[in-house]
Amino acid sequence: MQIVISGLAVGCVYGLIALGFVLIYKATETVNFAQGELMMIGAYFAYTMAELWHWPFLPSVVVAVLGTALVGAAIERVLLRPIEGEPTIAVIMVTLAIGMIARGVASALPGWGTDTHHLHVPYQGGLVDLFQARLSMEHIVIVCSTAGLCLALFYFFRAAKLGLAMRAVSQNQLAAYYIGIPVSGTNARVWALSGGIAAVAGILMAPITFVHINMGSVGVMAIPAAVIGGFGSIPGAVAGGLILGLCESVAGLYLPEGFKDPAPHVLVLLVLMIKPSGLFADQVRKKV
Amino acid sequence: MHFDFKKNYRIDVRLIKRGSQAFWYGLLLLALLLVPAVLPKYFVAQMTFILIYSVIGTGLIVLTGVTGLVSLGHAAFVAVGAYAQAILMARGVPLLVSLALSAALAAMLGLVVGLPALRLRGLYLAIATLSFGFIVEILLAHWESMTGGNSGLSVPTPTLWDVAVTGALFYYLCLVVLVLCLLVVLNVLRSPTGRALRAIRDSEVSAQSMGVNLALLKTFSFVLSAALAGLGGALYAHVITYLSPEQFGLNLSIELLMMVVIGGVVWLQGAVLGAVFVIALPQAIAVIKDYLPAVIEQQTGLQPIVFGLVILFFVLVEPTGLYGRWIKVRTYLELFPLCPGSVFVRERHFLRTERLK
Repeated sequence: MQIVISGLAVGCVYGLIALGFVLIYKATETVNFAQGELMMIGAYFAYTMAELWHWPFLPSVVVAVLGTALVGAAIERVLLRPIEGEPTIAVIMVTLAIGMIARGVASALPGWGTDTHHLHVPYQGGLVDLFQARLSMEHIVIVCSTAGLCLALFYFFRAAKLGLAMRAVSQNQLAAYYIGIPVSGTNARVWALSGGIAAVAGILMAPITFVHINMGSVGVMAIPAAVIGGFGSIPGAVAGGLILGLCESVAGLYLPEGFKDPAPHVLVLLVLMIKPSGLFADQVRKKV
Repeated sequence: MHFDFKKNYRIDVRLIKRGSQAFWYGLLLLALLLVPAVLPKYFVAQMTFILIYSVIGTGLIVLTGVTGLVSLGHAAFVAVGAYAQAILMARGVPLLVSLALSAALAAMLGLVVGLPALRLRGLYLAIATLSFGFIVEILLAHWESMTGGNSGLSVPTPTLWDVAVTGALFYYLCLVVLVLCLLVVLNVLRSPTGRALRAIRDSEVSAQSMGVNLALLKTFSFVLSAALAGLGGALYAHVITYLSPEQFGLNLSIELLMMVVIGGVVWLQGAVLGAVFVIALPQAIAVIKDYLPAVIEQQTGLQPIVFGLVILFFVLVEPTGLYGRWIKVRTYLELFPLCPGSVFVRERHFLRTERLK
């Protein structure tokens, strides 16, 4: 039970980052390899405000999420809009470069640096006994907030005007443009949304892994989650993340030492070999 | 200014297009042959690195620039080549044989990865190769009886007919290997196979409808690229003399991709120029650092920032890389007062969706 919950908690973080990947992929057909770095930036923002400036916890979280959303939108506007339609390698290189620069800048800024920092959260260290299992408060908060966020996103894409516009753009850009949706602006907002989600993931992750400049490597681990769920499917991303988290913790428990780390990647290769569109995708074969 | 009068079809596929080309490349080769005699040891070592990176870059250009497949796991092929070389040399296999075997082993691995990759395109392929790279890295760290795991593996000194191949001799070995690789790849690229590979890059659907066997040629491209990476890795093993798995992680893959993007991803010359750039830039940063104020000088993050900015610059401003820029400069000079500004206007690209329309 404990293993399952901690696996689920890690899976939730994977799922949130994968959600960012999928949102951006659906809107612009590019993969943001700097998603993990956005997460790191979000965690650092929260750390700066809560620890360095001694703000209360909740406002600093809100400002951190908004700030990271702004960073995401700025990246789209300045760096990715000019290379729309260029070959895959151009986009891959640009997002990888953004990741490198973000890491470099974070290590150079005063107060951030290369050290490992501690973000104090109000719910730290709490333990809850549930069904004869001892669960740590951090894991429960991660699971609950992910569930809440997913519910909010579900309604956002169902009912909100902007959410509907995003869905329309991701289905058919040309048609969306014809009915008067500003496609480029919507793409920037998708980036902002996925930046915000990354920040939430970063802040949730902070009590477990601490805040440091290589936090972003979790981003690379979350790509498998997005692939397993199918790159085109939003519920698939969260499900993929959960599967991945569970798979990792179970592999860590039952398989011999050394199988835990490659397990998700082997899973990805298998999924890509057998069903390249992912487990939850609704993609149709391309017609000429 | 030169004019190509095409009197027969063979002119299009000649290896050497013009006499002047033969002259300049001959001069370059001569200069490269003289390097160990003229320059100090340190530069020869750096030149060796450049030659090895060029071998790997050549393979990457075949895959990325010519066929249009992006691999984020090329470091894995380099790693396999390097480890195979170290292990084979330790078992007493002769140098040239073990070089060939290492390349062959990497090629076989390329075949294994290439087969599932046939169904994948664009980003999915990049992700599949990324995962593959991770698996190989972790495997190398855990297969301790063979690779020494995280504690590393030392590489024996290469010997050829009882002569230790180090320093200048090793430089010549790398030079010969690079020239041979370039000749092989050039000949592949000017053959029907090479034209088919370019057709796949531009449009898979139209290539297929012209009778190009997609599966066969994509696999071929993967295998060739992996073999060159393995060969480069085998040489690389001797330069760094001590192998450990974390040297061959995602960062090396990114560095290799960055190298071909900076050099110019469509031309083979780009591999060499990119290699020169990637090797020279850290040195340049180290030199410039001395003149910077102390606050900036002590930053460890300076190098990734500079590398990131350089990539951004090349992708956004000069996507054809250094060699593309050189072609533009050359054309401008050749046409000097008459070069119109509109010759090299960038084509506007539009998003080609991979989804159902």
